[in-house]
Amino acid sequence: MSVLTRTPAPLDRPRMTRLRGKARYAPTLATMGLFLAMFAAGAVMYPGFLSGQVFLNLLIDNTFLIVLAVGMTFVILTGGIDLSVGSVVALSMMIAAALLQAGWNPAAVIALVLLTGATFGLLMGLVIQVFEIQPFIVTLAGLFLARGLCYVISVDSITVTDPFFTSMAQARIPLVGTLFVSPGVVIALVVVAVAFYVLHQTRFGRTVYAIGGGESSALLMGLAVPRTKVLVYGISGLCSSIAGILFSFYSLSGYSLAATGLELDAIAAVVVGGTLLTGGYGYVLGSLTGVLVLGIVQTFISYEGTLSSWWTRIVIGALLLVFILLQKLFTRKVRLT
Amino acid sequence: MGGTAPVVDMQGISIAFPGVRALDGVDFRLFPGEVHALLGENGAGKSTLIKALTGVYAIDDGTITVLGARTSFGTPAEAQASGISTVYQEVNLCPNLSVEENILLGREPRRRGAIHWREVRRKAEEVLDQLQLGHIDPRSVLSSHSIAIQQLVAIARAMQIEARVLILDEPTSSLDADEVQQLFSVIRTLRDRGVAILFVSHFLEQVYEVSDRMTVLRNGRLVGEYLTAELPRMGLISKMIGKELDALAELEEAESRRQPDRTDQTLFLQAEGLGRKGSVQEVTFTVHDGEILGLAGLLGSGRTETARLLFGADRADQGQLTIRGTSRALRSPRSAIDRGIAFSSENRKEEGLIGDLSVRDNLILALQAGKGWWRRVPRATQDELADRYIKALDIRPSGKDTLIRDLSGGNQQKVLLARWLITDPRLLILDEPTRGIDIGAKTQIQKLISSLAADGMSVIFISAELEEVLRISDRIAVLKDRRMVADIPNDNITMEDVMTVIAGTNA
Amino acid sequence: MSALLRHRLTWPVLALVLLLLLNQLFRADFLSVRVQDGHLYGSLIDILRNGAPTILIALGMTLVIASRGIDLSVGAVAAIAGAVSCMYIYSSPEPASLQTAATGVAIAVVAGLALGAWNGFLVSVIGIQPIIATLVLMTAGRGLAQLVTDGQIISVSNDSYQAIGAGYFLGLPISILIAAAAFGITGLLTRRTALGTLIESVGINPVASRLSGLDARTITWTVYVFSGLCAAVAGLMISSNVTAADANNAGLYIEMDAILAVVIGGTSLAGGRYSLVGTLVGALIIQTLTTTVYTLGVPPEATLVFKALVVIIVCLLQSSRARTLLSRRRRPVTEPSRPKVAA
Ligand SMILES: Nc1ncnc2c1ncn2[C@@H]1O[C@H](COP(=O)(O)OP(=O)(O)OP(=O)(O)O)[C@@H](O)[C@H]1O
Ligand SMILES: [Mg+2]
Repeated sequence: MSVLTRTPAPLDRPRMTRLRGKARYAPTLATMGLFLAMFAAGAVMYPGFLSGQVFLNLLIDNTFLIVLAVGMTFVILTGGIDLSVGSVVALSMMIAAALLQAGWNPAAVIALVLLTGATFGLLMGLVIQVFEIQPFIVTLAGLFLARGLCYVISVDSITVTDPFFTSMAQARIPLVGTLFVSPGVVIALVVVAVAFYVLHQTRFGRTVYAIGGGESSALLMGLAVPRTKVLVYGISGLCSSIAGILFSFYSLSGYSLAATGLELDAIAAVVVGGTLLTGGYGYVLGSLTGVLVLGIVQTFISYEGTLSSWWTRIVIGALLLVFILLQKLFTRKVRLT
Repeated sequence: MGGTAPVVDMQGISIAFPGVRALDGVDFRLFPGEVHALLGENGAGKSTLIKALTGVYAIDDGTITVLGARTSFGTPAEAQASGISTVYQEVNLCPNLSVEENILLGREPRRRGAIHWREVRRKAEEVLDQLQLGHIDPRSVLSSHSIAIQQLVAIARAMQIEARVLILDEPTSSLDADEVQQLFSVIRTLRDRGVAILFVSHFLEQVYEVSDRMTVLRNGRLVGEYLTAELPRMGLISKMIGKELDALAELEEAESRRQPDRTDQTLFLQAEGLGRKGSVQEVTFTVHDGEILGLAGLLGSGRTETARLLFGADRADQGQLTIRGTSRALRSPRSAIDRGIAFSSENRKEEGLIGDLSVRDNLILALQAGKGWWRRVPRATQDELADRYIKALDIRPSGKDTLIRDLSGGNQQKVLLARWLITDPRLLILDEPTRGIDIGAKTQIQKLISSLAADGMSVIFISAELEEVLRISDRIAVLKDRRMVADIPNDNITMEDVMTVIAGTNA
Repeated sequence: MSALLRHRLTWPVLALVLLLLLNQLFRADFLSVRVQDGHLYGSLIDILRNGAPTILIALGMTLVIASRGIDLSVGAVAAIAGAVSCMYIYSSPEPASLQTAATGVAIAVVAGLALGAWNGFLVSVIGIQPIIATLVLMTAGRGLAQLVTDGQIISVSNDSYQAIGAGYFLGLPISILIAAAAFGITGLLTRRTALGTLIESVGINPVASRLSGLDARTITWTVYVFSGLCAAVAGLMISSNVTAADANNAGLYIEMDAILAVVIGGTSLAGGRYSLVGTLVGALIIQTLTTTVYTLGVPPEATLVFKALVVIIVCLLQSSRARTLLSRRRRPVTEPSRPKVAA
């Protein structure tokens, strides 16, 4: 964030370079600030809210969403979208559960699931790139296809009894004091770190941003646009299958109807984190914060305890709205027409 | 140069788009160590020839030889890899990324696989310094800069590639005289190092100043290849437009236009200390009916910002604006248009064109916006207006239903100008209206502006070409460092006079 | 011939015809329409009638998408519309009268307009990205509908109300007539006035549109209000057809079907040029597809896979790249026609 601490630029610089430079970070910073504010509000409203474990539980309960949001960030940064992620999560869970039930080695199962997810994404990317069909449609078809394949595998829920998976479900990694996280959290945070590195330190990552800034410009600049566009969907597919494995660790079962609508949560997290759906602007750390915001909304609901299912929906919608409005308010000052 | 082999040799190149033969059997050669100007009217096929060479368009016919080998690049990336570096006519950079990234994107120096950001910055600063752009922060976001700076950044990017061939499609169209000189000195250095440079410009003085050889196209066909020293200006113009037309004489005539005294006319608009935080300050001037006010000033002096305030595109937060004697606060372009003000932006791609709509729809857009959605401009009127302005401004191709994004740059500009003329405004603000327009059309547009003013329309004229501003304006408002510093009547003042004002005052 | 191959509606129409013929192969009486008690009956009529809500919603969606937006909340709005009208009829002292039904419908329509205005406000005034702005209502909307019905399925018995979704007029189902009328009026309203072109302008280049004096804000707002209206009427059809309001399931996933219909019909999600006829064809393809699944006896497990494959095939055929291969039209090697996709 060196931009924020830089000395003020001389006045004669054209068109407020400095402000616009900051404006890039504004939505993400606003999200982080607001998350902290919400956490503080929770601490005031509910006893016991202000604890490290409540925060860590946000991570523990949302590992799969974090990973999904990371993959989605890549796609959205290029100006695309991936609606298939929820279904691919369910498909990954089904494949894993079915194969484990058939007595496969867990390592082989995980490898196969990750391969399937990545291939599924790459294929969608190829269709998008080669046939120039809109990502929304291709990935919507991907959503139907993956969900359909789940039913083909099994209509019923399959329980996972594999010792490795159950041990992952129960394992706790102790931190200072009584605080702990699950192994899933470590995996999710590693994914975030890798994504951050790739997006900011590699040519591939910068090409992702360039495509979002202007695809035809990126082509004329001689960048590897087609390859990058296919790869981002591959990455999203891979992240979906990682999320599927994490979800399996969490739920110890495979079920065709699992993770329905999760794609919207992932998209919401990414956008709440400050990424523009038109591409080119946004950060994975923002997406991580976006997931935490969605998580804290859930936590509020659970602390409230007595809400009927419809009030829960309304409150989630309202909190989402309040959040977006506040974010808008904070970024408005730095945004220029 | 006769002895060396050409780096680029294109033979019999043809490209057809639906309905247009953009190139028809064109030959073109480019030698190392020369500056080669590619000339022709708007829509002659210059940009298309460049895109054929660099792999943006597939060619229908012909051969391309680069460095002695037959090639046909499939993508711009391949052309770049074989040492051809290109600045396309429209700025093709990523507005969301920083200046330094735009310069080095795809070629960032790396250390152990990761981008070496410190090295990126060093290299960017190095090339920016060569273009005398040391004052630009390489970490600033590209979109925060004016079109002119963006153009320079695109040039910086092209120079950063150690290329054998450098192609510049209208690089000077938005630059000030100083920047042009700076660019030329860089071009000469590169030429002396043996780089082959292809240069497109509608400014003939620049062509004569910097080029060694030129190729003229007309309507997609080759007219001929000439040594610059052997073809005088008049000859060149007649080759470009295909007639022995006395265009130069017309130019002189426009130049000798002396302004009648218009101070007796009624006051249309008065700005007093108009300004906006972070934009421009202290803009004070008057515009009378039928008066042409020129805005002069260096790049980044606040010309465009002033225009945007007067048009309500940005809201003023200081000072006062009086229109026809009533004080007004313009809250949006709509409110300005309702008061009879029109504004043609310098940034035609982002702020002008509705790319996927036809020429006709683009032409009547402002008129239709004024009437509201319910009262559609009748089809017959649309046709009549479109035909009239396509003819008057010689817009080519003349089809009303061509998508505007398929027009050449200069022709797009004419459509945007016509969009406002159709609304018959009281005050027309033109930000760089002649950018990228060929010499014939430019004369035409200047004459048009004069005659509109003679009929009582006020014009605020902004151009990076000071000469043009002086030729056409009745009064000149000078801006410096985002402040207005002078308002002088244009009686026989010279470029030097204006430059002195700019240099002399301290803001 | 090649012009025909290039036309953007050729492939969707062909796909629709093929689907219908496929059905005919499996059920000989599929394409026949018979008259019974003065009413038209047959599979084709069923497709139209069941597709009417999707057609209506896709109609509103087309204009929203043309303005470079998207409306995810339509399913929820449909549910709310059904809920408020049924709740009103249910709790009114005269639950069977025409007047009650009319009032219920009016309330639902007003609710749809208001919810559309809400979406439009968030998008055009506050400037929230459309997908998120409408996601708020998509999430909260079903909750609101349940709040209205107190989580129950509200059944009503009112003949006038039932007529909207299940009644006949001049031998045709009323829902078809409503959809057709909406379609015709929208077509006239957007193409006879300048509205269509102005919406397209805003969708293609909002900045340039504003600088040309277009009131982009009002236009954007209008399309969302219109979409809300369409969704409300569709919601009335759905609930009237089953004479009940089901806050949870009414119009579930209809937003996806509607978006799919719009895109199959050749309108780009990046905004800009749209085709109402294309949307109609798209919606019919989707509805026929559902019918086909039953006719062919596709096992329920494989329904989604089947749907996915058909969608992909239709889109592949329609894609410009495939059309290029077929018609050998030359095109630039690079420079995609619309570089950016904004969902
Ligand atoms: N992508 C395209 N599709 C269809 N027609 C095109 C396309 N690009 C260019 N044209 C047409 O080809 C012709 C040549 O255009 P080109 O851009 O090469 O002109 P130019 O010489 O560069 O003109 P200018 O000086 O105005 O830039 C014009 O008639 C233009 O309308
Ligand atoms: Mg050109």
